[in-house]
Amino acid sequence: MLSDQDRIFTNLYGLHSPDLDAAKKRGAWDGTKFLLHMGRDWVIDEMKGSGLRGRGGAGFPTGLKWSFMPKKSDGRPHYLVVNADESEPGTCKDREIMRHDPHLLIEGCLIASFAMAAHACYIYIRGEYVAEKHALQRAVDEAYAAKLVGKDNVHGYPFDIYVHHGAGAYICGEETALLESLEGKKGMPRLKPPFPANMGLYGCPTTVNNVESIAVAGTILRRGGAWFAGLGGKNNTGTKLFCVSGHVNKPCNVEEVMGITFRELIDKHCGGMRGGWDNLLCSIPGGSSVPLVPADQIIDAKMDFDTLKNLGSGLGTAAVIVLDKSTDIVSAIARISYFYKHESCGQCTPCREGTGWMWRVLNRMAHGRAQKREIDMLLEVTKQIEGHTICALGDAAAWPVQGLIRHFRPEIEKRIDQYSRNPHSEAVPMAAE
Amino acid sequence: MTKLLVDGIEVDVPADYTLLQACEIAGAEIPRFCFHERLSIAGNCRMCLVELKGAPKPVASCAYAVKDCRPGPNGEPPEVLTRSGITKKAREGVMEFLLINHPLDCPICDQGGHCDLQDQAMAYGVDSTRYKENKRAVEEKYIGPLVRTAMNRCIHCTRCVRFLAEVAGVPDLGAIGRGEDMEITSYLENAMGSELQGNVADLCPVGALVPKPQSYDFRPWELSKTDSIDVMDAVGSAIRVDARGREVMQIGPRVNEDINEEWISDKTRQVVDGLRLQRLDRPFLRENGRLRPASWGEAFSAIAAKVKAADPKRIGALAGDLAGVEEMFALKQLMGSLGTANIDCRQAGEKIDPSWGRAAYTLSATIPGIEQADAILLIGTNPRLEASLLNVRIRKRWRMAPLAVGLIGEDADLTYPHVYLGAGTDTLSELAAGNHSFSETLANAERPLVIVGSAALSRADGAAVLSAAASLAKTIGAVTADWNGFAVLHSAAARVGALDLGFVPGEGGLDVAGMIAPGALDVLFNLGADEIEIGAGAFVVYQGTHGDRGAMRADVILPGAAYTEKSATFVNTEGRVQMTNRAGFPPGDAREDWAILRALSDVLGYTLPYDSLGSLRRGLYAEHPHLAGIDAVEASDVAATVDTLAGLGGSLSKDAFAPAVADFFMTNPIARASRVMAECSSVAHGRVLQAAE
Repeated sequence: MLSDQDRIFTNLYGLHSPDLDAAKKRGAWDGTKFLLHMGRDWVIDEMKGSGLRGRGGAGFPTGLKWSFMPKKSDGRPHYLVVNADESEPGTCKDREIMRHDPHLLIEGCLIASFAMAAHACYIYIRGEYVAEKHALQRAVDEAYAAKLVGKDNVHGYPFDIYVHHGAGAYICGEETALLESLEGKKGMPRLKPPFPANMGLYGCPTTVNNVESIAVAGTILRRGGAWFAGLGGKNNTGTKLFCVSGHVNKPCNVEEVMGITFRELIDKHCGGMRGGWDNLLCSIPGGSSVPLVPADQIIDAKMDFDTLKNLGSGLGTAAVIVLDKSTDIVSAIARISYFYKHESCGQCTPCREGTGWMWRVLNRMAHGRAQKREIDMLLEVTKQIEGHTICALGDAAAWPVQGLIRHFRPEIEKRIDQYSRNPHSEAVPMAAE
Repeated sequence: MTKLLVDGIEVDVPADYTLLQACEIAGAEIPRFCFHERLSIAGNCRMCLVELKGAPKPVASCAYAVKDCRPGPNGEPPEVLTRSGITKKAREGVMEFLLINHPLDCPICDQGGHCDLQDQAMAYGVDSTRYKENKRAVEEKYIGPLVRTAMNRCIHCTRCVRFLAEVAGVPDLGAIGRGEDMEITSYLENAMGSELQGNVADLCPVGALVPKPQSYDFRPWELSKTDSIDVMDAVGSAIRVDARGREVMQIGPRVNEDINEEWISDKTRQVVDGLRLQRLDRPFLRENGRLRPASWGEAFSAIAAKVKAADPKRIGALAGDLAGVEEMFALKQLMGSLGTANIDCRQAGEKIDPSWGRAAYTLSATIPGIEQADAILLIGTNPRLEASLLNVRIRKRWRMAPLAVGLIGEDADLTYPHVYLGAGTDTLSELAAGNHSFSETLANAERPLVIVGSAALSRADGAAVLSAAASLAKTIGAVTADWNGFAVLHSAAARVGALDLGFVPGEGGLDVAGMIAPGALDVLFNLGADEIEIGAGAFVVYQGTHGDRGAMRADVILPGAAYTEKSATFVNTEGRVQMTNRAGFPPGDAREDWAILRALSDVLGYTLPYDSLGSLRRGLYAEHPHLAGIDAVEASDVAATVDTLAGLGGSLSKDAFAPAVADFFMTNPIARASRVMAECSSVAHGRVLQAAE
């Protein structure tokens, strides 16, 4: 369990003021000038040494990502874009950072921009996050007023930061769709390559990072990459914000060390499982896009990238959705399928056509109105979507369904059997109705 | 160059090639829907997925560059597999997704028989459906008079959207909605505001956008296809004329990189119904003020009587905008035999004298040459309406790199940004004097191009305008050893060919204005000149295709053949010699024009020395050897011509330049006969209510 002195987000619950003065007392903006003075390579090396993996879901090493930016500008400006379009169902960590600890984010933006020779940073906030937008804007204004950022700031590195409000599309959380949206276009993912580090915002080298990845940077550099690397396990270092929701006694956001077990996470922070551990059906450990993991596999599993990957799932954004045995699991996954069908941008074929197909089949299966052979067909459809799309939304739509079929095929078959035994258990709608 | 293995075949391709190009070089066929060579890459249909060794998932070959492929662990060349299990699986999957919401209405779909989806489903799909849900239903959209929609069939490849945005330069189509609810539509169901909108139906790989005027008319395999040349404007787009029996059913574009790439204007495409409406299908003779059907013999003897009675000095001949070189050659010879110098082809009154040199009336920089220009000055012309495909080329040039375009004349939306310099000759004088802010741009340009519209030369001071433009071109260095930056843009297909023949008044002869003046002549041969009002007095012999203005004024009508019904030579505005081909026969008693003149010459007693098209052409080529060079632009001495022109001088009037084309859809008798063109014209001028209202 994480000790209090190792916490990065010390105002996660908003018990203290988010203002600049209070944030400074908690350690934000402390010695930032010195960190910049240490130089670009030092910052990147420390970040690499910390083993920080991107907190937006894919888990790509942040330091490595920063190092992909061209070392010397070819005349084009560099940009840092912070992805605050936190829309993954179950995930609500960035919201708390922006509400209560915005200065950690702003400081991180300055440091990361410095490391990548960017003089401008855009924070793209999810459309529904209106209060968060105001909170963050207030903090940015404070930072400008205190000359912490701006053209001639106290750190001697000209730097501008802009808060941009999205319009509420899940797909705009995909990094290239986010860039399109930021440019004023329809939020549709771009083809890669070229990658944003080469051709990003307005065709210039750009790095897109998650809010949490950026917000932890200041503290990591202050305390040293080795400190961060010392927490958690190999390749899965540091602390992480977990968003636990679902059938636990006290759902919460909590900063914990990477690799804490599922059982400890729930028992220590969430008041335990609703109805006791025997009542656990399964968990979706990384936001709605990862496959579910059944109770027996998840219960003592370490919550980190590699362990969950080996369980056929993923840590994703660490949005742990806990489902107990009262859950109609087929309906639950059908609802997730509906979400992806609704949020598919419609650009490329497999996702546009496949998400609706999966949702419709699952909807029938939830009532048992299906053939057993359709389970295999559905699985094949998910495989036809997965890996064939422009962005990862196709994968994200396919994985929950794959998880369901992998672990709950008997449940689906049971529904089908029940329905076929008594196919008219529901009132048949008459034509006139 | 980069080495690459495609299905085991090694190819060496430039690093900036895409995998799709590399695969094609290796002879592997890659199915595609959204990809089109002339549009930006969308990569959204996912049909072109191929397996790339080492990549975690199949890649979209249309968008993946060869330079992005990583070599194998021991430096082996990257390997692409287009026939592997993974590739096959990916294609089958995508094809299944495309088909689940595609209606099974092939039997009633106009695209049937030339449908990419049909063809590729046969080649790359599976034979049965597993989709048991309801198919998506999408409302039809109104997007203009030329393209019918069946949006259930749309596969969202966005070719139409990209074409209009990139090539046509209008923002009228887009996609609304998201996911499976995405729909292609125009804003509030307005008609597309482009003169190139018909091309979206060609681009549509399925039957979602089909040509509206041809709805349910035919199947593609019923048509005989003839390669030909368009005469709706002086650009001479390459077309394919599709006929069923003797009737032309549709006209489509043919690839000609030098002229139209693979687009054609709406007038070129949809003038089709004009070819069968209002046609002159038998000779007519005016008796007691009324035209009555007559036989060829009656018509010829009536003409002979008038000609024999007339003084040769009071006989004249006009050639119109759609006349082929062959018939004008025959008419000129016939007039020569009759002993008259009164011939003229400059129907609009252009003050052009072919003796100044060929560069005085052609666009010798050529259309592909526009891509080399770095500044363009348009004088008294709106290329979007006068030469749509040339305008497309200017827009293409502007899309490649910043291009300064200046416009003198009536301001218009050219689809690319331009500097509006002024309305009349004052601006031209200012530019020449170097007092204008745009002068510097022109002077600093390495390859400036000055394009003078034919309308600017049709004024009383046309020669002075041409001279002023030429001296401006000289001043800014537009004509150098390797750049011919002085050009005249015509809007009539026949004009350059006629000027090449010297179809202008001889010594002491009357020009168009002189000939049509009331009482000027006794007998006037009118070879399809329908844009002018012929004064009273003369006995008018009208030879043409449509019952238009020329036929109304005629005393004898000789029915001729339209451009799809004869093999005729046309020289386009660049000076490029091209030939039409016969796709069908002229209606009724109508005949090919050269043959009519040959027969008439016999009756008049001055038999022309040929009795086949071949021998006519032998005579033609003997006199004008460059006309034998089909598809070629003969080089001319532009510098000398520009010097001559600059030396002409003359005083300029202060009038503003008037546009050459008042109504794009109504510029010639064929277009005026077409109902479709009439509807287009109404829509373009806002005269009809649209669906949304």
